[in-house]
Amino acid sequence: MKTLKDLYYSKDHEWVKVEGDKAYIGITDFAQNALGDIVYVELPEVEDEFELGDAFGVVESVKAASDINMPIDGKIIEVNDDLEDEPELVNTEPYENWIVSIEILDDTQIDELLSAEEYEKFCEEEA
Amino acid sequence: MDNLKKTALFEVYDDFGAKVVDYSGWALPVEFEGIIPEHESVRKDAGIFDVSHMGEIEVKGEKSEDFIQYIATNDISKLKDNQVMYSFMCYPDGGIVDDLLIYKFSSKHFLLVVNASNTEKDYQWLVENNIYDVDIDNTSSQYAQFAVQGPKAQKILQRMTDYDLSSIKFFFSKKDIYIDGVNVLISRTGYTGEDGFEIYLSPNDAPKLWKSILSQGKVDGIKPIGLGARDTLRFEASLPLYGNEISKEITPLEAGFGFFVKLGKENFIGKDKLVKEKAEGSNRKLIGFEMLDRGIPRHGYPVIYKDEEIGVVTTGYYSPTLKKNIGLALIKSNTVNMDGEIQIAIRKKTKRAKVISKKFYTKNYKK
Repeated sequence: MKTLKDLYYSKDHEWVKVEGDKAYIGITDFAQNALGDIVYVELPEVEDEFELGDAFGVVESVKAASDINMPIDGKIIEVNDDLEDEPELVNTEPYENWIVSIEILDDTQIDELLSAEEYEKFCEEEA
Repeated sequence: MDNLKKTALFEVYDDFGAKVVDYSGWALPVEFEGIIPEHESVRKDAGIFDVSHMGEIEVKGEKSEDFIQYIATNDISKLKDNQVMYSFMCYPDGGIVDDLLIYKFSSKHFLLVVNASNTEKDYQWLVENNIYDVDIDNTSSQYAQFAVQGPKAQKILQRMTDYDLSSIKFFFSKKDIYIDGVNVLISRTGYTGEDGFEIYLSPNDAPKLWKSILSQGKVDGIKPIGLGARDTLRFEASLPLYGNEISKEITPLEAGFGFFVKLGKENFIGKDKLVKEKAEGSNRKLIGFEMLDRGIPRHGYPVIYKDEEIGVVTTGYYSPTLKKNIGLALIKSNTVNMDGEIQIAIRKKTKRAKVISKKFYTKNYKK
C-alpha cells in the first residue's frame, strides 16, 4: 500500500491535497486496490456544494458501486473529465488522478484528517 | 471468515492471491488477479474455478426416472446413460425452486447438481415430493468440484489423462476418469459460454489436483478464476443466476427459458400453471439492453418507459468482452419492443438505454 507524505487522508479512504484555499481530492491506493478494476467514475457538477461526509461521486468496479465522500466541506471547482473515458487511471495512478478539486469552505476540518502515517496505521487496524 | 463454510481449497486460496468474501455463507474467492483479466483469460485461454460449494443430491431406486420426470420441467425420457440435462424445478404456481444439472448414470441412479444456497431447500423439496419412494441423499460434502473452462480447457486436461477427452460430447459425462492420477467424474458442461469441463472429485484430492492443473496448464495461460468473473462470464452468455433472472417469483417462461420446459410431458410440478401461461402469454419478459448514456446498470435498479416503472434490472455489468455497459431486465410484456428506448434509474438520475438481443456473446461450445 502506497501513501504520499504531503497528503491528508480520510477514514473513508479519500486523499486531500491542499493548495492554499483549494484542495484536490482522490481515492487512496488502499481503496483502489480493495475495489478492484474500476470501470466507471460518476462525477459531480462544477459549482455543486457538499458538506463533510456527503457522497459527491461514485466509483464503480466491475462488481459494485461505491460512494466517494467529501473529506471536508467544499464547493466543486473542477472535475477530472479524463476519468470519464479512462476510469482505470484511478487504479494505475490513484495519487496522480484526482477526482475533483474544491474550494475549501472550512479549513479547520483539515486538522481532523489523518497524516500518511496515521492513515497507514488505520488501514492496518481495519484489515 | 471463521463462521463461514469452507471448501477443501480454502487453505490454498492464499497461495494464489485470492480475495475471499462471504458468498451465501461460504468463504469463497471473489477474484485472484482481477475480474477483467480473469474474464479475458477464460474467453481467450482457460480458467479454473473452485465450485465445490455447489450442491450434489443423489437419487437412486427403481422409480428414479419417474421421480425426476415429475420434479423437473425438462424431459429426461430421451436422456442416455451418462448424458447431462439442464432443467428447472418449479413450484405448482410456476415459480422456480432452482435450476439444476441432471446427470443420468442409469434409469435407477441420477445426480442432481444444484445451487449452493438452495441445496438444503432443494433437498427438502425433493423429499416432500417423493411420491415414487426413491432414495434421496444430500451428498454435497462428499464432492469437491472444479470447472475448467475456455478454448484451451481440453488441451490442458488432455495432457493429464490417458482418456480421450474429445470423445466426451457436449452435455455428456464420464465416471472413473483419472486426471493426474486422481479419480474424477467429468462432464463437458459449464457456466461461462465457453467449451470446458466440470470435474467432481473427493475433497481430499482437491488441493493437489487444483495445483497440478494450474501448474501443468500454465504454458497455455490457465489462471484461477473467482466468483466475480464467473458472474460476468455467465451474464455475457445470458445464462441465468438464481435470485437474479430466475427465482421463486419468476417462471421459466417469463425468464425466456421455455426451451427447458417441455409442456408435452405427461405430468410435472407446475405444469398446469405453465401450460396456462403459455396459452395466455406471460405478463413479464426478460430483455437485454445496452446503455446509451454513461452509467452502469445494477441488479435491482428500476426500468422506466414513458415515465412508468415497467420492471427491474436483474443483472448489469460493464461487459469485459463487449466493452459496453449492458444489462438484463425483467419487464412488463407489451410495453417496449426490440430496439426501443428505455431508461434505467441509476441512483438519483435516469439514464437512457436501448433494448438489444440478450445474446450478448455467441457461445463457443464444441458440440
